[in-house]
Amino acid sequence: MQKIGVFVCWCGSNIAATVDVAKVIESVKAIPDVAFASDYRYMCSEGGQDLMQNAIREHGLTRVVVCACSPRMHEATFRKAAEAAGLNPFLLEIANIREQCSWVHKDKEVGTEKAIALAKAAIAKVRFNSPLQAGQSEVVKRALVIGGGIAGIQTALDIAEAGYKVDLVEKKPSIGGRMSQLDKTFPTLDCSACILTPKMVDVAAHPNVTIYTYSEIEKVSGYVGQFEVDIRKRARSVKADLCTGCGVCQDKCPSKKTPNEFNQGLDNRSAIYITFAQAVPKVPVIDREHCLKFQTGKCGICEKVCPSKAIDYTQEDEIITQKYGAIVLATGFETIDLTKFGEYQYGKSKDVITSLEFERLTNAAGPTEGHLQRMSDGKQPKHIVFVSCVGSRDVSGRGKEYCSKICCMYTAKQAMLTREKYPDTDVTVFYIDVRTPGKGFDEFYRRAVEEYNVHYIKGQVGKILEQGDHLLVYASDALSNSHISLEADMVVLATAIQPSQDAKKLATMLTASIDNNNFFTEAHAKLRPVESPTAGVFLSGVCQGPKDVPETVSQAGAAAVKVLGILSKDTLATNPCVASCNERICSGCLACENVCPYGAIGGEEKTVINLNGKREQRVVSVVNEALCQGCGACTVACPCGAMDLNGFSNKQITAEVDAIC
Amino acid sequence: MQKIAELIKKEAESLLKENKVTAVWAWQPGEFYYDNSPVCFTAPEQLDKLVYNEFCPSNLGKYLMAGSKKNETMAVFAKPCDTYGINQLIKDHRIKRELITVIGIPCSGMIDIKKIKNQGVKGIISVSVSGDDVIVTTAYGDKNFKKSEVLLAKCMSCKGSDYMIADKELGEKMEVKCQKLNPEDGVKKLEAMTSQERFAFWQQELSKCIRCNACRDICPACSCEQCIFDNQEAAVAGKASANTAEEQMFHIIRAYHVAGRCVGCGECARVCPQGIQLGLLNTKFAKDINEFYGKYQPGADDDSKAPLVDYKFDDVEPTISAKGVR
Repeated sequence: MQKIGVFVCWCGSNIAATVDVAKVIESVKAIPDVAFASDYRYMCSEGGQDLMQNAIREHGLTRVVVCACSPRMHEATFRKAAEAAGLNPFLLEIANIREQCSWVHKDKEVGTEKAIALAKAAIAKVRFNSPLQAGQSEVVKRALVIGGGIAGIQTALDIAEAGYKVDLVEKKPSIGGRMSQLDKTFPTLDCSACILTPKMVDVAAHPNVTIYTYSEIEKVSGYVGQFEVDIRKRARSVKADLCTGCGVCQDKCPSKKTPNEFNQGLDNRSAIYITFAQAVPKVPVIDREHCLKFQTGKCGICEKVCPSKAIDYTQEDEIITQKYGAIVLATGFETIDLTKFGEYQYGKSKDVITSLEFERLTNAAGPTEGHLQRMSDGKQPKHIVFVSCVGSRDVSGRGKEYCSKICCMYTAKQAMLTREKYPDTDVTVFYIDVRTPGKGFDEFYRRAVEEYNVHYIKGQVGKILEQGDHLLVYASDALSNSHISLEADMVVLATAIQPSQDAKKLATMLTASIDNNNFFTEAHAKLRPVESPTAGVFLSGVCQGPKDVPETVSQAGAAAVKVLGILSKDTLATNPCVASCNERICSGCLACENVCPYGAIGGEEKTVINLNGKREQRVVSVVNEALCQGCGACTVACPCGAMDLNGFSNKQITAEVDAIC
Repeated sequence: MQKIAELIKKEAESLLKENKVTAVWAWQPGEFYYDNSPVCFTAPEQLDKLVYNEFCPSNLGKYLMAGSKKNETMAVFAKPCDTYGINQLIKDHRIKRELITVIGIPCSGMIDIKKIKNQGVKGIISVSVSGDDVIVTTAYGDKNFKKSEVLLAKCMSCKGSDYMIADKELGEKMEVKCQKLNPEDGVKKLEAMTSQERFAFWQQELSKCIRCNACRDICPACSCEQCIFDNQEAAVAGKASANTAEEQMFHIIRAYHVAGRCVGCGECARVCPQGIQLGLLNTKFAKDINEFYGKYQPGADDDSKAPLVDYKFDDVEPTISAKGVR
């Protein structure tokens, strides 16, 4: 027989206003096995914890139920307190009568009834709780950062600076990411490359950082403190240790018709190429799909002209396997595909461009060497129309429902810079709302309007037509409630951003969750914004949600601190709430192995004692407790109930349900 | 089929004589001509009893489980449809592949004795089949039938004459000749009903269940050491029935448990003494799986992952709405 203690928290008026606490106490006291029940204004306070600890000692309680807030808030607090009073911490259960009861009810009678039901369920469960012991696992003192943009670079630098090894993996031939494509940054208008490239150099030169560019994550296994990752280092066809980055190869390469990704396809590059002048590492790659040597077997010019004999056509992809204590996702973003937005003529007219293309057009290292000119005829545009929210805040189903957050500011920046450099250019911005919260942001936008005379029109562009050598923009003016049309030489679309296409694949590999828009989700929107729900996996930058450079850098630092919190420990306590297999009834179908996202289950042929007490030899499933994260997928996949979860056994859950029904 | 029976006998004899296996699984006559039952032969002299005719519908695969746990070598005779179940049992690690020898035997369809009895035929002594002609010898004289009209329902939707697993094949392949039934037709009828009609249909159908567990015992996908319904720890056993239709929970959960593993052999419906159309549940699951994840035939191989326990990047993610799963 158990001696169960029940403690009901008022949480000030949070619970007590909607739940008759005295009535809850009265009801639970009538339940067999309940040896003690009491209420307290704030159970989480020292007084509340003392009350619980004294009751455990004085009444010899064997199980404890705390009726209070969500276990996500204070389960750890109460378990620690129970442990200090000599009770195994896993013999304590929380009944959530705040978030799941008092906060969602207005009627006190109803709220009280539900609080009693929840208390009964927790009491029914706690009877079957068994004492569990957390194990220990070692921490590998090395971090992995996936994505070499400003987010990944900053996170890697912060971890490295604290004295830990970190590997930075970037898919493209150079680190730098989207920020390296930008011309100027708001609200200070400093040159993007000027502030980014020193960081690129720093991270490359740091003795604690190893950079893998032109590389992708192939496989992830393991768990917090002990991840094992396969990195596919794609063949560059250039020996990085010999190459001096002189660039002769790309000058002499005869295949020069490949759209230049760095310039958003506005010009072409050679088949062997260095992404951009400040690339890190400054080592070219051969794009084998467009290389004559690889496609036809003839050519080989780069090999002949290379003064350092660095070209190697036989190089193969390399798989690097490395162990890590923590992983940071910093996979960034891309602009959405605009094919569904036919009304803007994007892709049809060369003078309708995205804002990222505009960045390249105005950048000194871009295809026009920074001269703002039309891609159709090279003329300088005299009338430019900027359209904001292209695919953002879109409820038509063609774009994204969310606000891309950065567009209002960069549109103001692009409009302002255009007016600054080309004062004879007329600039109009169409907007739904102008959203400029942030330090110095609204002042920046007002400068665009007031000092630079950018015409801001609240209204949406419905249609753009090509007429002769210019464009006709049809739009609504929401303030005057009229339809307007105006001529433009160039239209810039503030295109919505979305997470990198690789996010979904990585989420599956890492069992990190993503939302409907493929942004990685955080463990708690407010209190754990840089942690993913998977232990040891952290989020940095736009892969978690749209944000600008300063926000990205702050989050990158925050993610680094979380990583350091793990790497600075020698061991981590493992979660004892793991799956366990009853071999006597396990049939060995291994549905559990198939559904286990952590690779924690395997089949083994064993001699087991069957239900009739006889020995027999058959396949049963075996759980690796170090790998198991206690998700419980196996317990529901198991058809016969052989697989159970410590702390959440089928029996416990059914007892809870029975207590409510 | 008589010729095949001779081939089977000869094969069994050589396997046992040469000590290639310690046991051979086949069929023996039952109390009546039409109720042949599974049997395990361990010596050549027992083989006189071996029989193979139109009354051997049962799949012998499941009987290999016990010997497999003792590491015994066994041979089993398998009709084409039986091979699906055997593969599934291998995949579920209930039979060790290296211990068994599967001998494929041709089949031209099994006869449903109920269809004959339902026509008022009594006192059946024996049945002889020649082509499509079935002569039933009874205490009251001979009765004639067409085989295509008295086939088991499961044979009318025969998956074909190929063996999914066979170490050896005996005789020439045979075809089932009849008007073929598509098991999905019944499901389509159910899908066309309103949810209220469908609920009423299943209440009516499943309230007939007497929980004899014949469906569970015969099923090659139901091979658990201990069924969840018999597992006290799982806390689902031993709950009192609120009404007779509560048995539907057993059948629905069983259908879930075999989803993606049910080979569609139709044995559950064949052995049900209450004539419940159990195949409809399983076929509905199979149909949905095919539509969501691409065509998949459980038991066609012994190592593929079933769609419900396999994850791919481009998997559909069905969402549940008021109108149903889509």
